Amino acid sequence: MNEAEFARVALPHLDAAYTLARWLLRDPVAAEDVVQDAMLRALTYFAGFRGTNARAWLLQIVRNTAYARMAQRRGVQEEPLDPDGKHEHLADPGGDPEAALQGAEVVSALHRALAALPAELRECVVLRELEEMSYRDIARVTGVPAGTVMSRLFRARQMLLRIGRDAGAKERTA
Amino acid sequence: MTDATASFPPAGVPPACEEMQLLIQADLDGELDAAATAVLAAHLRDCAGCAALQRELANLSGRLHAELRPEAAPASLRRALEARLAPAAAAPPAPGGFRRRLAPLLSFGAGAAIAASLALMLPRTGADPDGELVAGHIRALQPGHLTDVASSDQHTVKPWFDGRIDYAPPVMDFVAQGFPLVGGRLDYIGGRPVAALVYRRDKHPIDLFVWPSQGSAEPVMDTRNGYNVLRWARDGMAFRAVSDLNAKELADFARLWQGAS
Ligand SMILES: [Zn+2]
Repeated sequence: MNEAEFARVALPHLDAAYTLARWLLRDPVAAEDVVQDAMLRALTYFAGFRGTNARAWLLQIVRNTAYARMAQRRGVQEEPLDPDGKHEHLADPGGDPEAALQGAEVVSALHRALAALPAELRECVVLRELEEMSYRDIARVTGVPAGTVMSRLFRARQMLLRIGRDAGAKERTA
Repeated sequence: MTDATASFPPAGVPPACEEMQLLIQADLDGELDAAATAVLAAHLRDCAGCAALQRELANLSGRLHAELRPEAAPASLRRALEARLAPAAAAPPAPGGFRRRLAPLLSFGAGAAIAASLALMLPRTGADPDGELVAGHIRALQPGHLTDVASSDQHTVKPWFDGRIDYAPPVMDFVAQGFPLVGGRLDYIGGRPVAALVYRRDKHPIDLFVWPSQGSAEPVMDTRNGYNVLRWARDGMAFRAVSDLNAKELADFARLWQGAS
């Protein structure tokens, strides 16, 4: 197990790893914890790494570690899969639990909308729009076929568009 | 998962437009080939609805790029990992809370006890990885869950795993010996995707879980919940065969693998 080699391959992707964990867990402390955990696991798997696309390889481990953590803590209110209920909550900028995502920073409506998507949809948007990964790499990270990535991305974007339209309509009538 | 998402455009999307939606998206994501791009361009010239969708999606992507940025990992996290992974691994222990979190890493040391790494190859399984494998097998026995890729052709099953897991499991067919390959699937064991090859002996399905690991080549039989679990290792891969097949025939199956080259 070559730790220096692992550091050379994995550490350049630490920001990407943290970004994904942060968006999945929606909690900076848990995200840091999960990334540490994932790096530890990645180190143990490193012998089996075939040397292609370290970022997708590492993010896959981060993603699985984050999902295991979310399953452990159902209390974090993961996967309610109730988009309508969530949209109502989103349309109200007051009492914003997602503000914690960015500390004291002002969080945009779009940011909150993304944070409220189901995890399977949210991760596709994060990997595509923030990490600019290809469908193929997103498929690798999320463990589903590329066709599923495409349909999840499309559903996610439809939901974000609809939230934007709903918010706009609310503003106009207010 | 119920899809409560409103389709777009809202009312009565014609079938042709439904097909165009994923093309519009793929085009914006830089994933469309030239032929499909031409088809899409022709459609967009004539369809105001799809043209509007294209504008909306492009606008959304622009806003996501402008408003959301990848986050920098906390400096404390980076420092702790760098210190841990530096060649001079005798680096001072990370401060504060990291000491606890990094304790398992630090125990790896230069000599890296193989036993420790083995224990970590199937993380989060608790004391009973075999139990979890059997649970995976039982889940897969639900109708329609046995295989993600149904094929008796090892040259179809093997590449199916490519890109889905970060290792290449060996795939063999033993139809001549009475253990035909049925297909493969991805299972999650301890939160980690693991390759499961599916075989049949008469009416008994056999799940063969494979993941990279060292271990004893000698087969060891175990039982969990009435299922036989046979484990062995070769060529850097750990194997677990799980089935309700009797122990003798399951051992025959393991011998075929061990004799195969
Ligand atoms: Zn159209």
